[in-house]
Amino acid sequence: MTESASSRFVFDPSANQSRPLWRRLIPQRWYAHLILTISVIIITFPMFYALLISTQSNPEVWNHKFTPGDKFFENLHTVMVQRNMGRFMLNSFVIAMAISIGKTVMSVLAGLGLVYFRYPGKWLVFGFVLVTLIMPGDVLLIALYRRVVSFDGWPHPYFALTLPLLASATGVFIFRQHFMTMPPDLSEAAQLDGASPLQFLFRVLIPLSWNTIGALMVIMFLFGWNQFLWPLILLRDQNLQVVQWGMQSLSQNLEVGDNFGPMMMGVIITSLPPMIIFLILQRQFMKGFALTRDK
Amino acid sequence: MEEIVYAVQPVIVMLVGALLGAGYFAFLRWQTQVGGRNAALLVGAVCGVAGAMLLTAPLGYCMFESDKKNDDYIVGWIMVVLGLLLTLNIGSTLLWRFFRGQRLLPRGDTTPGAFRGRFGALYAAAALSPTILVLVYFVYLPMFDTLRLSTFLARFGAPRTRFVCVSNFSRMLGDLDYHSNLFLSFALSFGIIIITMSLALLIAAMLNQPIRGANIYRTFLIWPYAISPIVAGSIFGLLLGTESGIVNRVLDLTLGVKVPWLVTVPAAQFSVVLASVWNVIGFNILFYTAGLQTIPKDLLESASIDGANAWQRFARITFPLLSPFTFFLIVTNTIYAFFDTFGLIFVLTRGGPTESTFTAMYRVYVTGILASDIGKSTAQSLILFLIVVGITIFQFRVGQRRVQYGNY
Repeated sequence: MTESASSRFVFDPSANQSRPLWRRLIPQRWYAHLILTISVIIITFPMFYALLISTQSNPEVWNHKFTPGDKFFENLHTVMVQRNMGRFMLNSFVIAMAISIGKTVMSVLAGLGLVYFRYPGKWLVFGFVLVTLIMPGDVLLIALYRRVVSFDGWPHPYFALTLPLLASATGVFIFRQHFMTMPPDLSEAAQLDGASPLQFLFRVLIPLSWNTIGALMVIMFLFGWNQFLWPLILLRDQNLQVVQWGMQSLSQNLEVGDNFGPMMMGVIITSLPPMIIFLILQRQFMKGFALTRDK
Repeated sequence: MEEIVYAVQPVIVMLVGALLGAGYFAFLRWQTQVGGRNAALLVGAVCGVAGAMLLTAPLGYCMFESDKKNDDYIVGWIMVVLGLLLTLNIGSTLLWRFFRGQRLLPRGDTTPGAFRGRFGALYAAAALSPTILVLVYFVYLPMFDTLRLSTFLARFGAPRTRFVCVSNFSRMLGDLDYHSNLFLSFALSFGIIIITMSLALLIAAMLNQPIRGANIYRTFLIWPYAISPIVAGSIFGLLLGTESGIVNRVLDLTLGVKVPWLVTVPAAQFSVVLASVWNVIGFNILFYTAGLQTIPKDLLESASIDGANAWQRFARITFPLLSPFTFFLIVTNTIYAFFDTFGLIFVLTRGGPTESTFTAMYRVYVTGILASDIGKSTAQSLILFLIVVGITIFQFRVGQRRVQYGNY
């Protein structure tokens, strides 16, 4: 594309021809390519190194071999079956999906309630939600744990785990902002057509909000998948533990280092689902953050 | 005699509150030259008394009883100051709005396009109730519990609790271990903020250039955002192992040294910073990239017509206009350093060597869950809460001033 090839601040169109040949051979903004390439190498190196180690046996790790070993499937079996990571991944997937769907649905509804209706004290309701931004879950951890375990009617421990995490001040804030930027004609027209608020939500608002919903789902899935401290203290039954807990149990003997291959296999499989979700929903995610150039 | 001293203490506290409040409002009155002087003095004194009582009265002024130690008095006065900060700020904001004839409270509803009809409030209540209920039961009530439990001696599993006034807090004043935990949390946030944000800004500025393949670069650079702190800790545990680690292998081959990264004191803390930087840099790049695209191109172009070079354009236009993103990232990075590094440290150093990588959050976990001392750990949680409130106010105050400055 000519536009991206031309410099942003060139005002003399003949400047390009007057440059000497050697300068035309070097790509423009080579320094940007250089810095970005170095950054990509440094930032991705730990993950590729982990991938390499996950195929090796321990002697190969200690001798710093840079060729893939043949222990990939052995390590995979160790991690998934012996160390129960398959089970932990399934547990975490259930928890993360419940959290991300629950949070998104509740945030959309709250955003609807904060934008599309008239009632006194609306700012108070919004303030009530927004103030919780300064009360992170970790600050409330001890008191929340005490409150949650004092109630023994939970049908399943996962209800105790996920329910306290379902409200999201960030999500409510994002959807409120998003709905407020939508043209008011939309709801006027919907009302003229006799649509109920719920019909308006499902036929108009949600179809127009997929980018925001996608972005929020990615963030919330990561939030759920990365839960560690809360399940660590809450879940008594080890079979119900989450993938991050399984991961930390794989890296128990770090300095002794008798299990680097399985440990890095754990790293790979623990990171795979969030990375896949991130890649699938990347378009929505970037658009939700208004990141694409051609908007 | 002692009873008299105890009876007089609350009165002294209220008098000091009234004087400080009246003085602050008189100063504001003199500064703004708006409104009546007597009204300002009166409201200031009332707000001052309220502020002095806000945190001390619910505990029955117990921290000023005659049998209490010096540290309890200090905590008591800190609580007076905190209460004053809250009431004087709210009171002065409302009073000066009144003086200027503005609305005291925000307008209830300005939304165009709201649904008409009688059942609007009902629909809204139905839509909002899931969020509100969860917030009440699992955020507001635990917050209240945290406040209450921090004045108790309580243990998990023990049915009885005992009111101990502010001793959970006053013992923190002399607890050097806790001081170093707090210091480490601050140092960690400082290190993460400085290193991550400068690198992320550089990378985002390069991504913002019109170059080929920017999308591919961006995907590869933002992606560590999806990595959990536990995984980051595990990978860096492998990279930084003394004998097994690749970093020491390279150092050994080139410089002939091996650094015991995870088991000696300054190196272990540096390792935690390094792993944290790697963990959060994707998020920082993401937001700086988003921020750079909000900067109007014509502004940069006209500056370059006026002869500003690339550095001047960056320092005078781009960076000031990015300040909302910078302040947002400072806050999220601080929160990451205070809370989310728990998992990373849990795997990487287990708080060691000799508790040198215990953050304040790690201390909450050890005190509350492992040692099961609920009162002490909720008091430590409240310190963290105050820090979160502090940085949020910092973001709003400083951030908004800078944004206005950058508002061309």
